Amino acid sequence: MKFGVVVFPGSNCDADCYHVIDQVLEHPVTYIWHQEKKLSGVDCVIIPGGFSYGDYLRTGAIARFAPVMDEVIRFAERGGLILGICNGFQILLEAGLLPGAVLRNESLQFRCHDVFLRVENAATPFTNRYRQGEVIRFPIAHGEGNYYADPDSIKQMDENGQIVFRYCLENGESAAQANPNGAVGNIAGVCNKNGNIMGLMPHPERCCEEILGNTDGILLFSSLLQWWGFPDQKRVTA
Amino acid sequence: MNEKMTPAWQEMGLTCQEYDKICEILGREPNYVETGIFAVLWSEHCGYKNSRPVLKKFPTEGKHVLQGPGENAGIVDIGDNQALVFKMESHNHPSAIEPYQGAATGVGGIVRDIFTMGARPIASLNSLRFGDPSDPLVRYLFSGVVAGIAGYGNCLGIPTVGGEIFFHPSFKDNPLVNAMCVGIVDHDQIRRGYAEGTGNLVMVVGARTGRDGIHGCTFASEELSEESEERRPAVQVGDPFMEKLLIEACLEVMKAGYVVGIQDLGAAGLTSSSAEMAGRAGAGMELDISLVPRREEGMTPYEVMLSESQERMLLVLEPQHVEAVKRLFAKWGLEAVVIGKVTGDGIYRIRDGETAVAEIPVKALTESPVNYPEQREPEYYQRLRRWRADDVPEPDNCTDVLWRLLASPNIAGKEWAYSQYDSMVMLNTVVGPGADAALLRIKGTPKGLALTADGNSRYCYLDPYQGGAMAVAEAARNLSCVGAEPLGLTDCLNFGSPEKPEIFWQFTRAVEGMSAACRALSIPVISGNVSFYNETNGEAVYPTPVVGMAGLLPDISKYVTGAFCDPGDEIALLGRFAPTLGAGEYLAFIHGIEAGAVPSLDLEQEKRVQECCRRLVREGLIKSAHDCADGGLAAALAECCIAGKLGADVALPINGRKDNILFGEMQSCIVVSCAPGRLPAVLDNAAAQGVDCRVIGAAGGDRLLMRGAADRGVLIDMPVEEMEKVWRGSIASFF
Repeated sequence: MKFGVVVFPGSNCDADCYHVIDQVLEHPVTYIWHQEKKLSGVDCVIIPGGFSYGDYLRTGAIARFAPVMDEVIRFAERGGLILGICNGFQILLEAGLLPGAVLRNESLQFRCHDVFLRVENAATPFTNRYRQGEVIRFPIAHGEGNYYADPDSIKQMDENGQIVFRYCLENGESAAQANPNGAVGNIAGVCNKNGNIMGLMPHPERCCEEILGNTDGILLFSSLLQWWGFPDQKRVTA
Repeated sequence: MNEKMTPAWQEMGLTCQEYDKICEILGREPNYVETGIFAVLWSEHCGYKNSRPVLKKFPTEGKHVLQGPGENAGIVDIGDNQALVFKMESHNHPSAIEPYQGAATGVGGIVRDIFTMGARPIASLNSLRFGDPSDPLVRYLFSGVVAGIAGYGNCLGIPTVGGEIFFHPSFKDNPLVNAMCVGIVDHDQIRRGYAEGTGNLVMVVGARTGRDGIHGCTFASEELSEESEERRPAVQVGDPFMEKLLIEACLEVMKAGYVVGIQDLGAAGLTSSSAEMAGRAGAGMELDISLVPRREEGMTPYEVMLSESQERMLLVLEPQHVEAVKRLFAKWGLEAVVIGKVTGDGIYRIRDGETAVAEIPVKALTESPVNYPEQREPEYYQRLRRWRADDVPEPDNCTDVLWRLLASPNIAGKEWAYSQYDSMVMLNTVVGPGADAALLRIKGTPKGLALTADGNSRYCYLDPYQGGAMAVAEAARNLSCVGAEPLGLTDCLNFGSPEKPEIFWQFTRAVEGMSAACRALSIPVISGNVSFYNETNGEAVYPTPVVGMAGLLPDISKYVTGAFCDPGDEIALLGRFAPTLGAGEYLAFIHGIEAGAVPSLDLEQEKRVQECCRRLVREGLIKSAHDCADGGLAAALAECCIAGKLGADVALPINGRKDNILFGEMQSCIVVSCAPGRLPAVLDNAAAQGVDCRVIGAAGGDRLLMRGAADRGVLIDMPVEEMEKVWRGSIASFF
C-alpha cells in the first residue's frame, strides 16, 4: 500500500508521518509537494500537521487553494483514502471535504499534552483495528482545535457514524474536563459520510513507537493496511 | 549644553575615547553611517568589549569539541560522523518592552544561529526569570513571553523540550528570556560564517529589509528606564513561517554544496553579519546596498545597514552557483539577491549605487577596543554571608510547610507554561519538559541526547563564585540523573551594568566559579552570550549565569527519570547529605529571608557522585534518580512521588533542626530508587567510587511519610494526590 504525504510550505509533521509509514509500518511512502498536480499513484493521502502558509489568516484557509488540493478533491471523489491530522484536519474542513469548522481553543492557548479518546466508530478504514468504545491515548498539539458544527449537522453526523473520536476521561466518560479545547460534543475526529476521509486533531503519528512511551496510534495506520487487504502484520496488541 | 546638540556618536552609545580611536583608525572623522556601524559593532552586545577578557577564563577545549566560541554556535562530536550544534542567547530587553515579539524573535534568532552551521534544529529549551507572579504586570510579561516562545517555536516544528522558570522580585521589570537551540549535523555538512575567496558573491536571502529593530543591539547595551517604552520600535517582529521556509531552503542549498559561508542577520543586521564573516576569513567585502530588497520606500543607507528585520541570511557563494541557488530559494518562495562580493584588501566598503557610503578596515570593526572595568566586592556580600539561622523559629507543622513550598512558584510544576509548547514534534522526545533533563532519541542510532538549562539567581547573588560553579554542577548533575555524560555547555550570562564595580565583580566571580566547575567536571564551554545592563532605574537583577548543557547516552533504552516506579523499591541518597538553611527557597519563601552562606560544593565529590549515578543508570541498577535542589530533600521526595504517582516512607534519624533536615538545600546529593535485590550492587558500586550511599526508606503507598529521629516521630505526612494537586495547580492559579 502506497502512501503520499502532502507538503505545504509550513507543514511540520510531514517528516513525522513519513517516518512512521516508512520505518514503523514499513510501507512505501512519498512526499507530494503542494504545487504538484498529480498524486503519483498513491493509495492513501496524508495531510500532515503544521502551519501551512503560516496560518496567519485562518488555519487551513490558504492551503485549500494550493494546486495539489484540486487533485486531492478528485481523489476523494473517487473514494480515495484521505487522512488529515491536526492542520491537515483543518485544511480538509476548509476544503469542504469534511463537515464543520474549528475555532480557537477555548483557553486561547496552544495546548500540547496527551488526551484520552473514545473510539466512537470502529468500522471505518481508519479505525477497524480498534474496538468500538475503546479508550486510547493520543497527544494533541494545537491552538485551534475547538471543533464546531451546528446541532442539526451534529445529529446527522452522529446518526451516520461520522463522529469517530471523542475526548474522554481515562475511564471512557466524555466529561467536560476531558475536553482540551472546547470542541462541541467533545469531538476530536470526524469522517465524511462515505467514510473514506477522516480528520482528527490529535496526532496518531506521535504514538507509534515503544521508545516514545506510547503505541496507541499504530492501530490507526494498520487499520488502513487491513482495509487495503494486508494481513495482520506488525500487530501491536492494545 | 542644549540636549539637541548631543553629537550623533554619543546618541549612538559611543564614548569619547572610542570616537577618538575611530578618528585615529580612519585618519578622518567618520561619516554618519560609519559612526553607526562602529557604534553597533563596538557595543557590548556585538563586541563584548567589557566581558571579553573575563570570558577568556572559560576552558573551551575538550576531546569532543569541533567548534568552540567565536562562531554562530559551538559544535561537539557525538560519534558516528554526527555532531551536535548548540547555543543559548538572551532576548531580555525586547521581552521587557514587548513580551510576545521579544520572546518570539529570541527563539527565531537562536534557531538561525543553529541552522546557519548546517545543522537541522531538533530541540529548543529556555530559561526564564520573572518578578512575583502575583503582580499583574509580571503576569502580562510571563504569559506574553510563554505565548511568544510557543507562537514561534511551534510554527517552526522544533520541539521545546525543557527549561526552567524562576520568580524573584529583582526581575519585576527586567525579565530574563534566554533561549537555547540544539541542532544535529553530519561532520561533512558543517558550515561556518566565513566570507572566503576573493570574487565570491555575497547574497542576502529571506525577508525584505524594513525599518524595524534599528539599533536593537545598542538598546540591549543600556539600562531599562522610564524612557524604554519609547524603544518599542527597536523591538523586531517575527515571522515564523518565513523562518520555517528559510530553514528548509538553507539546509537544501547547503546540502547541495553551494555555500562557501553563511551567517544569519541578527543583532546589528547586515552590518554585523557581513563584517564578522569578512573578519573571520581575514577578507574584505564590498556591498551595494541599493540592491538590498526593501519592504518600505525611502530607507536611508544608515537604516538599511542597521535594520534588524528578522528572518534574513547572508550567503557567500561562488559566482557559477548563483542561478541554481536562486532557483532553490524560489522553490520555497524566497528572494535571494546578490548584493556584493568578497574582496582581498581587508576593507569593508559600502556603496549605495554609485555613491560611496562607508569605507572601514574590517579589522577595526571586528576587533573592538577592550574595557577593563573596575570591580569591587559589594557591601552586602560579607554581611549576608555572616547570617545565622539561630533567630529563625523552627516550624511546628512541617507538613504544612511542605504544602506551602510545593505551591511556591519556584518549586511548583511549570506545566502551565510548557504545555503551551509543542514538545513532541519530530518524534524524538523520549522525556519532555518537567524532568531533570529532557531526553531525545537520535533516529537510526541507539544513542540518546540529554539536554538541560539551569541557573540559580539567589545563590549567585549571595555568592557569585559558588553560585556560578553550582550552575555548571547542577546542569551536569541533571544530565547524570538520566544517565547521560555531559559533552559541553553553552551559557547566557545575565547581569546588571558592567560600569558598576560591584556588578562587574559579580560577573567576574561567577565566570571564575563556572570555569572551576567546568575544569573539575571536564566540560568545555563551546558557545555563549553575555547580557549586561539588566537594570531598571538603577536596580540590577540578581546575577544569573544560565547554563545550557548537552549530554550523550550511549544506549537510550537505559535511562531513568525522577519518578518512583514500584512499591517496595528501596530509596537511597547518593552523595553526602549535608543540608544547609542558608540561601534556600525555604528560607526565602517561608521566612522572607535571603541570606546565609550557600551550600558548600566539593567539585571532586560532585564528579564522583555524578559518575556513580551515570554508572548505576547504565548498568540498569537503579530505577529512578532525581537531584536534591530547591526546597531540599522533602521537595525532592515529593517530586519523585508526584512523578511516579506513588508514595514513600522514609526515616531520617539525624540530629539538628528538623527544618534543615527536611528543607535545607545541598549540592551533590541525588535521590535514587532501586529494586530491593539490586541494593547490594548499588551500595557496592557507590562504595567502590568513594561515594556515600545511605538507604532512607522505601517507595509504596499513597502518601509521603518522612520520619525523624525516634523521639520526633512523623515529621511529614501528605497524600500524593494532594501534593500533586497543590504542585500542579499553583502557577495556573495566578491566572
